[in-house]
Amino acid sequence: MAESKETLKAFQADVAAWMKEHVPADPGFLLPLSFLEVGTEQQLDFLRAWQHKVWEAGFLGMHWPTEYGGQGADPAYQGVVDRELARFNAPIMFNTIGLGWTGPLLLEMGTDAEKSKYLKHILSGDEIWCQGFSEPDHGSDLGAVQTKAVRDGDEYVINGSKIWTTLGNYADHMILLARTDPTAERKYDGLSFFLSPMKVAGVDAVPIRKVTGEYGFNQVFFTDTRIPADTLMVGEGKGWGVAMKTLEYERGVTAGQATGHWMVAIEIDDLINDLRGFERDGAPVFDDPAVRDEAVGLIMEAKALSLSARRMGVPALTSDFPMGLPLSSKYRGTEWSRRMKLFGAAMQGAQGALYVEDPNAHRGGFWQRAYFSNFGATIGGGTSQVQANIIAEHVLGLPK
Amino acid sequence: MTSVLGNVSLKFSDEQSMLMDVARGFLNDKAPTDKIREFLESDEGYEPTLWSEIVDLGWTGIALPESVGGAGLGISAVIPVAEAMGHALLGTPLLDATLAGQLLLRAGGAAQEPLLEEIAAGRIATVAFLDGGDWGGANLGLTIAQDGVLNGSKTFVGCGQEASLFLVVGQCDNAPAIAIVDKADLEPGAVSVNTLIDLTKRTAQIDFTGVRAQTVLTGEPVVAAIRDYRLLGALLTAAEAAGSAARCLAVIVDYLKTRKQFGKLIGSYQALKHPTVDIYCGVEDARSFCYHAAALLGDDPLSHDAEIACRMAKVSAGQTMSYAGDRAVQFHGGIGFTWDCDSTLFIRRGQWSHQVFGDAIHHRKRLASLLLD
Repeated sequence: MAESKETLKAFQADVAAWMKEHVPADPGFLLPLSFLEVGTEQQLDFLRAWQHKVWEAGFLGMHWPTEYGGQGADPAYQGVVDRELARFNAPIMFNTIGLGWTGPLLLEMGTDAEKSKYLKHILSGDEIWCQGFSEPDHGSDLGAVQTKAVRDGDEYVINGSKIWTTLGNYADHMILLARTDPTAERKYDGLSFFLSPMKVAGVDAVPIRKVTGEYGFNQVFFTDTRIPADTLMVGEGKGWGVAMKTLEYERGVTAGQATGHWMVAIEIDDLINDLRGFERDGAPVFDDPAVRDEAVGLIMEAKALSLSARRMGVPALTSDFPMGLPLSSKYRGTEWSRRMKLFGAAMQGAQGALYVEDPNAHRGGFWQRAYFSNFGATIGGGTSQVQANIIAEHVLGLPK
Repeated sequence: MTSVLGNVSLKFSDEQSMLMDVARGFLNDKAPTDKIREFLESDEGYEPTLWSEIVDLGWTGIALPESVGGAGLGISAVIPVAEAMGHALLGTPLLDATLAGQLLLRAGGAAQEPLLEEIAAGRIATVAFLDGGDWGGANLGLTIAQDGVLNGSKTFVGCGQEASLFLVVGQCDNAPAIAIVDKADLEPGAVSVNTLIDLTKRTAQIDFTGVRAQTVLTGEPVVAAIRDYRLLGALLTAAEAAGSAARCLAVIVDYLKTRKQFGKLIGSYQALKHPTVDIYCGVEDARSFCYHAAALLGDDPLSHDAEIACRMAKVSAGQTMSYAGDRAVQFHGGIGFTWDCDSTLFIRRGQWSHQVFGDAIHHRKRLASLLLD
């Protein structure tokens, strides 16, 4: 049911009033720029409490069914909440793999038992989820997953290793893609999808330190790990289809996420306004023709991204390549963002040499950290190079 | 605080959509590549019968008011047609005549209705703007005396050979002015044709010295109209370039899907794939900017937002077309280096589109002032 503008406006006012009162002040320690960077217990406790509070207020999973802890409302309400969260610079909703990917996946493909068991705890933040897709030897080539799951009575025995596991050291559950049939003719048919418990014997999560100096990723080792057989989703050998559906949520191609507020949005205005405080050759930085020219290029890219989002709603202007704009938005957006943040770091003169924790670093090394951190976006979920291949093959029809 | 992104509206009217379909269909039918190759050899660069058909379709009057026999759809409705013309690599006087119509409409208003009627009905009008090679200059070197007699010459006048009506930009009493000149009043030998890099285009150098103008337009509307002519010229060029770049992309993709080397289709190599994707993304951006700009245009003087949009469109489309043409030659290998390969047409169009009405550096410099100061 479409909601009237008036109803949504009234709701927006309620949310804004709540945010004004409840958005926490700067905790005095560094908060992660996205869910990929939750690296300390201090950050985890803070973000978990905040998510719980937002859920209790009735602002999370607005369109998830009430029986599973949602609000049973129109998806438009979540859009309103997310916009307000961003507008108030509220801390992120960190349990993203649950809120954004696993939750919608369960709602679409899960059994009633699975929904009852997991969904509410995803929203409340009581149970944290991680994702076990990538492996050390198979970054972007998901079909080649080697972690083994062997059926033994009422259990599966897991052996292998997953990497880049965000929140893996804190997680209660993992959406796990593992190989149940190494002999399957098509490698995809040998894969199965599990809602695997993490706090069991034989699971070791080893945090990985990132280029930013922060943690958040892990390598997870499974050694004869025994998990209940009923954590298998859909059926043996059906894992590839479930994983692909998960990626649709991850890439934002399909809606259903309990919130989209999982990163600190950094916009072109942040850059332009911030740089005005810097000098070059004894004059404001934007007096320099070369700097001006680069800034114009970045503004144009930002505008092009914004316009292409609008064009997606105009069928007559997208008919030449119907999937072109959606399939290229990650590639374009993350690459632009990387260049923009690099520019923010590079325009600081000698100040650009300072990093997070230095008391004199501009805004605590904000741009330097944001630039490094952005590689999570140009690499994670399929590198930009793989994205370019996808556009070449699926939009332009070039051969594999 | 307002965002540096400014206006990001995008609309596409039913009229624009219909004109896009009609123009694409007509040009696919009437101007396939082998025909374009034939047109190149002619003095005009097009077939007179084809031009008559274009006039019959009403394209010369799309942007002109109904009071002069036009369609009254405004300049924004010409964008899809310009794009389709670019896609077909078809020259013709359409863009020159359209811009002349806009300059006359905006500078002269109701008093010029008889001439606007003739332009809407297919009379070939053109603007004589450039004194030399500098799109950024004032280009007011030509003088118009009190008695209407011109002194000076203009260059790169679009369709200078075929046009029968010239709107000559110059100065009268130290102020910008537009002299309306009939071809019949030119001295013999006044027109010398330029040899252009783009084989589909035609321009000429014209000596107007001693010619008496039929009318001289002056005053505030003239200043605004000349400014807007330059911006609309940039936008129509951008739309045309976006169409050419899309066609160039299709030609590249087609070759990459059929040409084999080392036992593999060359389109499977990432070294060719990724630049091709960059061209694709450039085409999408160029189209977004063009239709965004179109959404901000009316018959009034261009707004601040519209100026930004026109300049961005030109930067985006000009660079994309130039890059697409460059890569088209390279990706076709040895055959791409030959005159008969269509990549020749594209690299030449790229070099044309890049500079006409100001190159990317020209517009980015002005965008910097509009966005940052």
